[in-house]
Amino acid sequence: MIEIIGILMAALLSQNYILVKFYGICPFMGVSKKIDTALGMGAAVTFVMALASGICWGVNWILVELNLQYMQTVAFILAIASIVQMVEMFLKKAVPALYKALGVFLPLITTNCAVLGVVLVNVQEGYNFPISVFNGAAGGLGFTIAIVLFASIRERVDKANPPECFKGFPIALIAAGLLALGFMGFSGLSIT
Amino acid sequence: MDILIAFALLGGLGLIFGLVLAAASKVFYVETDPRLDQLNECLPGANCGGCGYPGCGGYAEAVLNGEAPIGKCASGGNECAQAMAAIMGIKAEAVTRKVALVRCSGEKTYDKDGNLVSGAKIKGNYEGFKDCLAASKVGGHGPLACKYGCLGYGSCTKACKYGAISVKNGVAVVDEDLCVGCMACAAACPRNLIVPVEPGRNVVIACNSMAKGAVTTRGCTVGCIGCGLCKKICPEGAITVTNNLAVIDYSKCTNCGLCATVCPKKLIKDSNVENLPDPGTVHSMNNPDAVVK
Repeated sequence: MIEIIGILMAALLSQNYILVKFYGICPFMGVSKKIDTALGMGAAVTFVMALASGICWGVNWILVELNLQYMQTVAFILAIASIVQMVEMFLKKAVPALYKALGVFLPLITTNCAVLGVVLVNVQEGYNFPISVFNGAAGGLGFTIAIVLFASIRERVDKANPPECFKGFPIALIAAGLLALGFMGFSGLSIT
Repeated sequence: MDILIAFALLGGLGLIFGLVLAAASKVFYVETDPRLDQLNECLPGANCGGCGYPGCGGYAEAVLNGEAPIGKCASGGNECAQAMAAIMGIKAEAVTRKVALVRCSGEKTYDKDGNLVSGAKIKGNYEGFKDCLAASKVGGHGPLACKYGCLGYGSCTKACKYGAISVKNGVAVVDEDLCVGCMACAAACPRNLIVPVEPGRNVVIACNSMAKGAVTTRGCTVGCIGCGLCKKICPEGAITVTNNLAVIDYSKCTNCGLCATVCPKKLIKDSNVENLPDPGTVHSMNNPDAVVK
């Protein structure tokens, strides 16, 4: 039980994949203009991460059985790409509005290194199947927290009046840096 | 042997995922308007952005939703507009093809001593970033003595996706065969020199100098001084002189080429030189009886 809470706290705060490990910065910057789309993106990434963790656990088991661990990265990317494709089809059918709002960033989850990062962490730590899926979901929640926090900051920053040279993207990058600094404060937090 | 297992495994995984995806594409199939694909097929697919939409797909969608009129695609021209109209079940007006025209004739030619024979004079050597906008900001209005003329650093060439515009002797020239009229070059030109005209126009006033005659002459040997000779000889009254610059109204112009014969600066270009009419026997195309003496 204590292990599960430890994993949750690490994924949400102290080892947040975005703000501490700096994975998946592309959608973090790209889809964080509005809280609504940020939430949608977070949900999609959480779903993909949990699913990918589960499927890649199976893929990794096969790889280990066949002594082909060096194929991990390629096989995982293959699996993640397929999952993202499926999520894309599903969203297009079920939630067209979200599909439109996410735009090009939806297929970009394929190359979102946060997803691959979670899967590789699962393998490194030797998590079993349920813990892997849990870690994936927790990592996705961490991503959602980061991107929603950042989106709400950006919605306010957009209305502010910074110096001309900081307008738009530069001030967003500075805000992201400050947010990451804030998350550094959790680095001492560890439950084991 | 190991490598074969790796091959088989990854191939097998790919196959399984592919089959799952194929099944999913059937389950999650979304019906799209079949006209969208048809519209996309009509468009040239060059994504030049001349219509004002992000690429051909964006324009096709806008047309389908009724947000954009048919015939905005300069590249596809009339054929494309009619095909799109047929798909949408509406009637399209004929779209005339337009090409870009660079309104500057200041092509610089030098004799063997390096003295300027004809063209725009250069105030000083510009050594900076090879970009027209950057050059136009240096030294008041750029390295040219004429503050309206083509700078020749090729910003338009870079903007053109069809390779239709190139810089010759310091002035951009449009290849009318390659130009599709998307006017991406016009947006890139800091001097606003490039305008759309109908192709096959023999008579063009290739100058944009709105300075007074004396100022223009100091800066360029082929600048329009606004003398008005062309205006006087034009049988159709198609030429007006405003702001020291002659402008042809192409809705009246009949391509007779008379103005080119009288221009003292030889900047009204008549590409149809063999057919140059004798000024004494020119007929107006609108009114065959009117003989200009």
